Amino acid sequence: MIPVALLAAESAAPAPFALLPSLIAVPVLTAVFIALLPANRGDFAKAAALVGSTITGAISLFVLAVFEKGDPGFQLVSQHSWVSSLGLSWILGVDGISLFLVVLTGILFPIAIVTTEAHHEPKPYYLWLMLLMAGSMGAFLALDLLLFFLFFEVVLVPMYFLIGGWGHGERVKAAMKFFLYTMAASALMLVGIVSLAVLVGRETGVPTFDVRVLAENSDVLSHTAALLIFLSFATAFAVKVPLFPLHTWLPDAHTEAPTAGSVILAGVMLKLGTYGFIRFGLYLLPEIAHELAWIFLTLGVVGIVYGAAVATMQKDLKRLVAYSSIAHLGFIVLGVFAMNAQGLTGAVLQMVNHGVSTGALFILVGWVYERRHTREIALLGGLQGVAPIMAAVFTVVMLSSIGLPGLNGFVGEFLILLGAFSSARWWAVVGVSGVILAALYLLWAYQRVFHGPVSGDNEKMSDLKLSEMFGIAPLIALIIAMGVYPKPILDRIEPSVDALVAHIGQRVDGFSEQEPEPVAPAGVDELIATAEASGHGGEAEAQEAEEGAE
Amino acid sequence: MIALVAQDTQTVALPGPPVVWSLLWPFLILAVGGVLLVTVTSVVPVLRGRSFPAAFTCLTALASGLSLIPVWQRVDRLDLVGGTIGSGTEGPRSLVSGAYAVDGFTVFVTGVICVSVFLTALLLDGYLRREGLDGPEWYVLMLMSASGGVLLASANDLIVSFLGLEILSIAAYVMAALHLRRAESQEAGFKYFVLGALASAFFLYGIALVYGATGSTTLQGIFAAGPNAAGLDPRTDSSLILAGMALLLVGFAFKVSAVPFHFWAPDVYQGAPSPVVAFMASGVKVAGFAGLARIFLYAFQPYWADWRPAIAALAVLSTIVGGLLALAQRNVKRMLAYSSINHAGFMLLAIHAAASPDDGGQRGAEALLFYLLAYTVMVTGTFGVATIVGGRGDGRHDLDDYRGLSRSNPLLAGVMAILLFSQAGVPFTSGFFAKFRVIGALASDGSYALGGAAMLAAVISAVLYLRIVVSMFLIDNGEAHEADHEAVDAVAGGRAAPEAEGDTLVEASPEASVLTSVRAPAPTALLAVCLAAAVTLVLGLLPDLGGGILSDAASALLLAG
Repeated sequence: MIPVALLAAESAAPAPFALLPSLIAVPVLTAVFIALLPANRGDFAKAAALVGSTITGAISLFVLAVFEKGDPGFQLVSQHSWVSSLGLSWILGVDGISLFLVVLTGILFPIAIVTTEAHHEPKPYYLWLMLLMAGSMGAFLALDLLLFFLFFEVVLVPMYFLIGGWGHGERVKAAMKFFLYTMAASALMLVGIVSLAVLVGRETGVPTFDVRVLAENSDVLSHTAALLIFLSFATAFAVKVPLFPLHTWLPDAHTEAPTAGSVILAGVMLKLGTYGFIRFGLYLLPEIAHELAWIFLTLGVVGIVYGAAVATMQKDLKRLVAYSSIAHLGFIVLGVFAMNAQGLTGAVLQMVNHGVSTGALFILVGWVYERRHTREIALLGGLQGVAPIMAAVFTVVMLSSIGLPGLNGFVGEFLILLGAFSSARWWAVVGVSGVILAALYLLWAYQRVFHGPVSGDNEKMSDLKLSEMFGIAPLIALIIAMGVYPKPILDRIEPSVDALVAHIGQRVDGFSEQEPEPVAPAGVDELIATAEASGHGGEAEAQEAEEGAE
Repeated sequence: MIALVAQDTQTVALPGPPVVWSLLWPFLILAVGGVLLVTVTSVVPVLRGRSFPAAFTCLTALASGLSLIPVWQRVDRLDLVGGTIGSGTEGPRSLVSGAYAVDGFTVFVTGVICVSVFLTALLLDGYLRREGLDGPEWYVLMLMSASGGVLLASANDLIVSFLGLEILSIAAYVMAALHLRRAESQEAGFKYFVLGALASAFFLYGIALVYGATGSTTLQGIFAAGPNAAGLDPRTDSSLILAGMALLLVGFAFKVSAVPFHFWAPDVYQGAPSPVVAFMASGVKVAGFAGLARIFLYAFQPYWADWRPAIAALAVLSTIVGGLLALAQRNVKRMLAYSSINHAGFMLLAIHAAASPDDGGQRGAEALLFYLLAYTVMVTGTFGVATIVGGRGDGRHDLDDYRGLSRSNPLLAGVMAILLFSQAGVPFTSGFFAKFRVIGALASDGSYALGGAAMLAAVISAVLYLRIVVSMFLIDNGEAHEADHEAVDAVAGGRAAPEAEGDTLVEASPEASVLTSVRAPAPTALLAVCLAAAVTLVLGLLPDLGGGILSDAASALLLAG
């Protein structure tokens, strides 16, 4: 207890122990250790990966424990000069926006490792997973724009090998598509990053990639420069999310990836896109983000409807979950570009929710595939009879994904819609349909897979093993806990989101006035009242929403 | 060569500025080392074996590299206090009657060439043993060629540049054709010679025109021939100097294989002995870029606005065409040839930025130097792996020959993957920072569009690296588990079978030698590629290169003008 209190007291100063760097170092060292293991002992590799990722997860929980919840700024900052001639520094830090993504990464990796098996060559498999963990952690922690880019790009390599080496079907094609698509999108981002640093550095006299410095000084850019730089960032993030017209890599990559790969891809890596939009779009270039918000709101909403509609048509269960991700990420983008406190808080929360519930869905689909060697919905059926526990777990996860009140999905979606409704009404109206469509495709899929008479090979399918139940139990616990009592999480997200909204307000002229006139004020009041009553939105947001409405 | 040494001694006898011998050691060690090697091995036949020449070459490269340290300390100090820079009429720390200049830039490039010689000598050793070739002539020619490269990089007079270029090239032509039993090698040598001679003709004619326009062949003479010079004024009557610059640029573009003067490269790279290609793609190209940068950024600096668009056009064409044409290839050496054309485009972009009059200039020169070093290490390592995989006869360079390399030799496959990902510009490798520096320099210069085009071309060229990685790691991973047919087919089809179960089958087949070369590569060759991969990773984590070396060397290049 005492060290925790000490750390909390000193959180403004650099952390006494290299807490955040260890989140990257432990997986890297684990990977090195795995590389040194004998090739024929796959069980050693798995054990090492499990231990390494669990330690990292524990450190991330410790970070959560020492995180001071009232402080909106970056905490536990670790800052070192690295390549001084290029202005590249090693700056890590967490705030309310990245905190839970770090914790999510810390939790999902051990679970993905414990719930899945590498069917061949386990040594490189776990080695890549550990490098992927280090890269993901680094991307969420980096406060140096170039350092972020390094991690953002380097995660492609382990993922490429995981999909290409341990995937199914057209795995090589899917891996190539994934790698090239993402690399092409971020190629221009590098030019944007460098240009931003050069142009801002010319004004301030100090070339740096420090996000905090850049964000404070990015108003020196001309409108054209800022617009082009924002677009170069947005392309990279839009592919990563993925937003509607740039999503075509996702279904292939998700479907062909091994289960652990899908879990991490959906649970962690897609969040790099939405997190990037918040941290390096809204925070760095608020003017342009505000100006172009309508484009991203539209693409987000199109994604919601399109993802849901296409998911409904899928014959392959895993592909269905993949398309549902497009719809869910559309919601998150809607919340981000609502650009107010509720929307952003909801978006951050929904990132975590999506990681938990879609991660769990991919694990379940993986288990079905392992037992039945098919993911074809038509070939499955009546699994409820032979695997009641799996059916129960699937039900909870599915309902969370649909957004049933009382489970985690609801809180996030509700806040997003609330935020979007006050600043981007018509987009919110269309977006709401996504909630209904999600119920449609997931319930229908559930019905076809788990209900009905048991036929053919499905009769022999076994239920969850005890180890599998333990593996997925933390995710189920999170789904329920975050749905019933999200306040501790929201308390930590909100101060940072408020600070971000204030930053946007400062930089964008007439930011609050630009919110549309209310069409039905009574409806908004009701929503605000609900928010206040349920305790999800704080006093400040309700106030702000009210101001927006008037 | 003997003529060159004689010329050196003659020059000493001439009245003129005193020759600072201690600054000439890096060049002399390479040149004299080559002469010594050929003499000693002719006189003492015992030493004509395979180990001695390789060890001698490595030591020579090492000695030349080490002798750079005191030289660096001298020129670096001169940089700091101003020294002779710009003060004398002879130019930057000129020696030997203004013909040869030593400064930070020269020292850096010489170091890079030594790295290339060292790694290639390690590769050659294993190669010659495997091919059953002997003779120290490979090493002699390489040392000669390297000394020519150093001469080209250090030349302070266009005539000396030409001398350097010819010493560099002629040795390389012979090396390309030196595998006497392989017709492809002969063909490659011939092609290289014919096109190289054409390039030399362009170069020489360019020198003549520039001399006609400016009345001088020394770099500072050309630089100074401005409106105030007596007689000719190339600035008011520019046709002659422009034509001269254009011809020199064409000559260099051939040497560094920039599009559209790249046609020889894929054919020559494919046919020439693999370790020789490693040297051609690294050492020879580095020297070409050094000469190009020195002459254009110094002598032609007053006309930078005229030649810069041409460099930009060559650069963008090289990055894009290099990337695109590689897509159609299946021969790994050809693919790597196009990849090196793509890299040439990036280095030309660095020169483009270095010509910038504002702070993009310094960053561009730094980017060029870092790129030269990173590229040399990467490309030598990559062709090193190609040498090993090529097997006896040096003929297995199809993509299929790389299938399953991750199983038959995980270390080699891992090294190759690091080198290829570095060439693609993946973070935490030297390749990333090389590209990043170029993009940064272009951004400082305001050439955002060029940077964007180059990065998109880099993505296109990433396809070729990924295709090789797919062959090594991904293709027969799963299938091998499903059925053994793959392995049987592979053997029947004359391909290298990576399957462990297929061992007995394979041993009996003619592919046995391939497998031994892959499974148990020559230790020196393995050392070379591992060193290359290690340096690639270290430069990816510590791209500062020990403080100010890069920036000092770069400012020496720019200060010269």
